[in-house]
Amino acid sequence: MINIEIDGKQIQTENGSTVIEAAHSAGITIPHFCYHKKLSIAANCRMCLVQVEKAPKPLPACATPVAEGMKVFTHSEQAVKAQKGVMEFLLINHPLDCPICDQGGECTLQDMSIGYGGGHSRYHEEKRMVLSKDIGPLVSAEEMSRCINCTRCVRFGQEIGGQMELGQAFRGEHAEILSFVSGAVNSELSGNMIDLCPVGALTSKPFRYKARSWELSRRRSVSAHDSLGSNLAVQTKNNRVLRVLPIENEDINECWLSDRDRFAYEGLNTADRLTKPMVKQDGKWLEVEWQVALEYAANGLRQISEEAGVEQVGALATANSTLEELYLLQKLMRGIGSQNVDFRLRQSDFSSDSKQQGAPWLGMSVADISRADRFLIVGSFLRKDHPLLAARIRLAVKKGAQANIIHSADDDLLMKVANKGIVAPDAMVETLTQVSKALMAEKQGAQNTSGEAAAIAKSLAGGQHVAVLLGNFAQQHPQAAQLQALAQQIAALSNGKFGFFGEAANSVGGYLAQATPGAKGLNAASMLANPRKAYVLLNVEPELDCADPQQAIASIKTADTVIVLSAYKHSAMEYADVLLPIAPFTETSGTFVSTEGRVQSFKGAVKPLGEARPAWKVLRVLGNLLKLDGFNQDTSEAVRDETLKDIDVTARLNNAIGGVEAKPSPAASGLQRVSDVPIYATDAVVRRSAPLQATSDAAPPKAWMHSEELKKLGLQAGTAAKISQGQGSVNLLAEVDDKLPRGVVRVATGHTATAALGAMFGTITVERA
Amino acid sequence: MLSQQITTLIDKELKKYPADQRQSAVMAALRFVQDEKGWIAPEDMADIAVYLGMPQMAVYEVATFYHMYQLKPMGKYTLTVCTNLSCQLCGSDDTLAHLNKRLGIGPGEVTADGRFGLREGECMGACVDAPMFTINNKKLCGRLTSEKIDQILAELDKQ
Repeated sequence: MINIEIDGKQIQTENGSTVIEAAHSAGITIPHFCYHKKLSIAANCRMCLVQVEKAPKPLPACATPVAEGMKVFTHSEQAVKAQKGVMEFLLINHPLDCPICDQGGECTLQDMSIGYGGGHSRYHEEKRMVLSKDIGPLVSAEEMSRCINCTRCVRFGQEIGGQMELGQAFRGEHAEILSFVSGAVNSELSGNMIDLCPVGALTSKPFRYKARSWELSRRRSVSAHDSLGSNLAVQTKNNRVLRVLPIENEDINECWLSDRDRFAYEGLNTADRLTKPMVKQDGKWLEVEWQVALEYAANGLRQISEEAGVEQVGALATANSTLEELYLLQKLMRGIGSQNVDFRLRQSDFSSDSKQQGAPWLGMSVADISRADRFLIVGSFLRKDHPLLAARIRLAVKKGAQANIIHSADDDLLMKVANKGIVAPDAMVETLTQVSKALMAEKQGAQNTSGEAAAIAKSLAGGQHVAVLLGNFAQQHPQAAQLQALAQQIAALSNGKFGFFGEAANSVGGYLAQATPGAKGLNAASMLANPRKAYVLLNVEPELDCADPQQAIASIKTADTVIVLSAYKHSAMEYADVLLPIAPFTETSGTFVSTEGRVQSFKGAVKPLGEARPAWKVLRVLGNLLKLDGFNQDTSEAVRDETLKDIDVTARLNNAIGGVEAKPSPAASGLQRVSDVPIYATDAVVRRSAPLQATSDAAPPKAWMHSEELKKLGLQAGTAAKISQGQGSVNLLAEVDDKLPRGVVRVATGHTATAALGAMFGTITVERA
Repeated sequence: MLSQQITTLIDKELKKYPADQRQSAVMAALRFVQDEKGWIAPEDMADIAVYLGMPQMAVYEVATFYHMYQLKPMGKYTLTVCTNLSCQLCGSDDTLAHLNKRLGIGPGEVTADGRFGLREGECMGACVDAPMFTINNKKLCGRLTSEKIDQILAELDKQ
């Protein structure tokens, strides 16, 4: 620590920090544009010039390191004169038309010009004009003349996003921000550039000219689209969500937000929103009163349980339902005597249920990820499944951590990967076993080891803080329990921690809410493999949300009664008997438990659309109609408190698993399917967001194969192929990805184009269309 | 694709820099491409980016920053006329006017037969010989008069 003085105030600050950091930590503001605490220092806007004692000229506070005894003046005559001078230069080429600028009211340049700008311009010549650019459906670069060339967006791409999609081309007064050959910005974190842009050059395309910032009400919320639990500010006007921004939380999302969290709101008020309860009578849908629909649902449940037995009733919910909804759903099911309730719709191996001690979670805090120095990431489409966790790992790798990957696909993670084992799904257990063995050998001082497994083991053995993390793919894998046991073993051998990247917003919460079947009930897979007579579906679109869409739809279609609680009219119109309109996460209060076990509650940002109601209220009334005990909660908070009563959340989080033997499976014959859930296909809201669906990440799924496989099948890249699984087949374009292992076809799930196919894993046939 | 000759030249250049700093060779790589085909297309920049393991946009930044990289096809002989202060005082306007009369093109243009291109350039650091131009960024011609320009053009025509 060293002592400096800023504006006469004695400040202790860390050696090596800059003047602007020291000033900000002491609550002294220094005007700035290009400086950002999370980005590298560019010192190109010159707005932060300050006077430093004994320095002949003003110095940029963002790029001046502190020194013992330094005396800084941020408001002295020299400093203010310099700052005003810089401001005059910045305004020379900047259009002075704030009233028609979309950034007006939340513009740093506008705010600063109040403090440092002149009353009128001394510049009467022609201003420079920069042409607009089209950089994709999310970020608008419509008014690039407003750009002050701070290069925050460029540095964000390079340093946080991991790919330099924007750059500053040309020189001097011709310098402008653009993308290479007018390409689109495809980063899954691109929306952050809008927040970073201090002027109105980069703005949000979906939000442009929808409202002024001062007209918006702001509500705190929590992201429903991934398991990180990013803190959101949901901004609304006239009872409509118009924009979503991040709320800074250093331990979770820092100051960032993934595009999925930021732009999903566009899917909230689509034309297919279900706004009235509906009942099907004689094959026709009728809009009815809530009372009628609820009684219809309750009677249906009562009838099936009396006639066919309660075990014939099954309830399925998605893992992005709130804690309260999941709790009341299982309470309802257990109330009528059925244990058949589950929220793990894409899981296929449930053998860990009896062997696992607690709720699977990240195994560490999110902040711990930044501190880890060795990673073993197993079965994860990391960048697309967990965009911000990937960014954290990317930063850790930049600081010297080593990332090791074991997976069935080799997508570019935009970071340096130390070692990778890219193998077919049926070889994953074998590969992990090898790593574990190699680690044991490494510990016993084995020399001259070779091969990928040994290299991974060597990397892990050299770390102080090892993190072994299982991704969505590993959790959906048919041998998930074995992978978990092996991860546990590897973590123990390397004195590290192991955990899961939770698949959805409430992947941990579902366990806490006890929305799992228990010993006597049927899990999600069995409920669909052995068709039930009645299903209750909460937020579920079976053909998109389940591990085996083909089987799910077939089973649900044979049921006598299907009660659907959904925010949207979807394919349920074909098989449901009653549709109960429920509120998506912006219209209800609720709680998500993030993958690190953080319990975060939120309030509704707007009123439910039409006659939609929060699902917890719907389930409570259903409980009352079925004359069950304990359905008298007045608020969602009461439900939450009841859910978490007697639960020590930290104690419940436990990944330990015992009694699982890793048995490498014999190699499967034929082609195996590798399936990812594309980033913008994860849940009902995201799937309906038009701007997200216009991105390249939402392109229709293709059948990706190694070129040798393609050749063997006699197919050409870019031509149609017939993909079949079980009873169903679809036509997709065949495409080459030579980074895939041999013997696999990568076909995405969660998309209507592949909904006719079967399980996410297993044999799949590809032939000429 | 980068030609064999270019990759050989780049490889030679790379030896000057640490192995993990391949992008240091970007300026040389761009020059090699320009020497070979007369200009640098976006596809060439993309190829260089792949070869040096750096972002395409970073190559583009460099290529657009420096004036001597040609980003569109120019003539077989590109004459770059200095129009900075010393040359201007010594008559670079006349140089341009004479070239315009002879070739029928202005700055930034190429003759219809593709033989000559004309550009405005920045100070070449040899003001003592003003006014001046360069041929293909390589050969410096100074103390230009109408006669001398005619003589240079005649020589180029012979080649």
